[in-house]
Amino acid sequence: MDNQKKDQSLFLKLIPYLDRYGILILLLLMILALHIMQPDVFLSWRNVTNVFKQISWQSMLALGVFMVIVTAGIDLSVGSIMMLSLMVLAIVAKADMPWYIVVLVPMLAGLLCGMFNGLGITLLRMPHPFIMTLGTLYIFRGAGNLISGGVPISGFTDEVRYLGHGRIDLTWLGLEESQYLPVSLVLIAIVYFIFWVFMNHTRIGKWIYAIGGNPNAARASGINVNKILIIVYSLCGLLSGIGALILAGRADSGYPNAGLNAELDAIAACIIGGASFFGGRGTVLGVFAGVMIMGILRNGLNLMDVSAFWQQVLIGAIIIIAVYIDVLRKDFGTRK
Amino acid sequence: MLSSKNIVLEAKNISKYFGTITALENVNLTVREGECLGVVGDNGAGKSTFMKVLSGLYKPSSGSLFFNGNQQILSSPKDSQNLGLEMVYQDLALAGNLPIGENIFLGREPTKKFGFLNLLDYKKIKELSEAHLDKLKIHVKSAEQKVEELSGGQRQAIAIARATAFNSKIVIMDEPTAALAIKEVGKVLDLINSLKKMGVSVIIISHRMDDIFAVSDRVMALFQGTNFAESELSKTTRNEVIGWIMGKK
Repeated sequence: MDNQKKDQSLFLKLIPYLDRYGILILLLLMILALHIMQPDVFLSWRNVTNVFKQISWQSMLALGVFMVIVTAGIDLSVGSIMMLSLMVLAIVAKADMPWYIVVLVPMLAGLLCGMFNGLGITLLRMPHPFIMTLGTLYIFRGAGNLISGGVPISGFTDEVRYLGHGRIDLTWLGLEESQYLPVSLVLIAIVYFIFWVFMNHTRIGKWIYAIGGNPNAARASGINVNKILIIVYSLCGLLSGIGALILAGRADSGYPNAGLNAELDAIAACIIGGASFFGGRGTVLGVFAGVMIMGILRNGLNLMDVSAFWQQVLIGAIIIIAVYIDVLRKDFGTRK
Repeated sequence: MLSSKNIVLEAKNISKYFGTITALENVNLTVREGECLGVVGDNGAGKSTFMKVLSGLYKPSSGSLFFNGNQQILSSPKDSQNLGLEMVYQDLALAGNLPIGENIFLGREPTKKFGFLNLLDYKKIKELSEAHLDKLKIHVKSAEQKVEELSGGQRQAIAIARATAFNSKIVIMDEPTAALAIKEVGKVLDLINSLKKMGVSVIIISHRMDDIFAVSDRVMALFQGTNFAESELSKTTRNEVIGWIMGKK
């Protein structure tokens, strides 16, 4: 009887740690398992850089959606924002604009799309962000097809492709030529660091968490909740625009199906990474782990020649398990 | 001796109409420095409407408000906050996912310069909030503990600490003990008494006579939107106050 009680309290004590680090442990276990199963390939330079290249634009979308989820909202339109930004980029590139304009335009387009979401949610007083962003999921993709005629536009200059396709040469470190660092990997690190500082060490970041925790408390504290929400959705759009720029580099093309269903991957990465759908909970590091888990899972299963259908099943299972941990935490972690 | 203290808040002939409905009719109120005024009345007597007028959430249809003797026109709760009046809301208005200290400073977080950036000063948040909690004798494990881990009474204490953290002179509490377990009520009432000792004036709305008689210096009753009765606490009894609530003198 006493022993049982002790066990339970140990379990209770573990929950906050599981909550915080569980996802990193899962990530490390996956890496270890795949390394054991594919000792020659999985941790090779080539494969590791491949994983980072594959997750590069998804990681931007996931980071944007993460901030939205912290406010207890949702953004279903990130895939469409990325596609529209990509098409705008392609058209500007084909108009022979200087490269720095071509690079800035998708970010601006993404920012404006996100701002449109934020203004719609707050000014039109939509009952839930789901509805506004479901609407713009269709609107932005339709707009992208309208401006491009629904056909792919290919061929960008090296400057435009740099973020998605560039390589940082490491031969000066005595490494081989094939052992380069993808620019997109450096970009992920920089962007995630900036947003880690933003979410954890600035007042606006704190207010984003407060709005997710209790919007009435935020309002009573004099925080302009609508303004913060517009900022959050705008930043989410901006990150989708950066995603478009990376994708332009990788694919060397703007194409109608770009970012199709990418919003679901982004949401999945946030949920796996421990962001709570109830709002107010989750970390930037957790989202990164969530993106990595999805990327490594796909990569590892590809290496082992497992069908893409099994990948879908596994990712779905991981989402449910991750949310179940959140449910357990809510049951035990809060006093009633 | 209280009557010699300065009047910090005075409301004169406040009326509030919602369309054809009269919520308040020529209501008066005075609060002195360090005094606790108990406000009683039945549901619909106008207590909450009156408090919302005092905090600037509602604009009175007629009448005037004086803070420290100066007439003020409030256009939002921000205005009353700047004049030193804070309201502790019934739903507490705390973010459970944030630590105690960050709740106390929510919206007014101290920052420090880091290059060209203004970053949150977590050390200051912790130190200042723990010092403030100590001053109010509110005992928690640490200011870094999350609010959702606290009991109802502790949360009420944090909400009151929040309301008094920025040198407020008047605190309005709307049913501060309504949602609490009986053993926690005493702690909140102790807290009100220590606020009074610090010179903070408290207006408490409560249905519980025990609360009113434990902390108030004076009690006033509203009945159907008007001043019905008022007395020094020492010159009245529970039964008389209960009678006032029901409209009997």
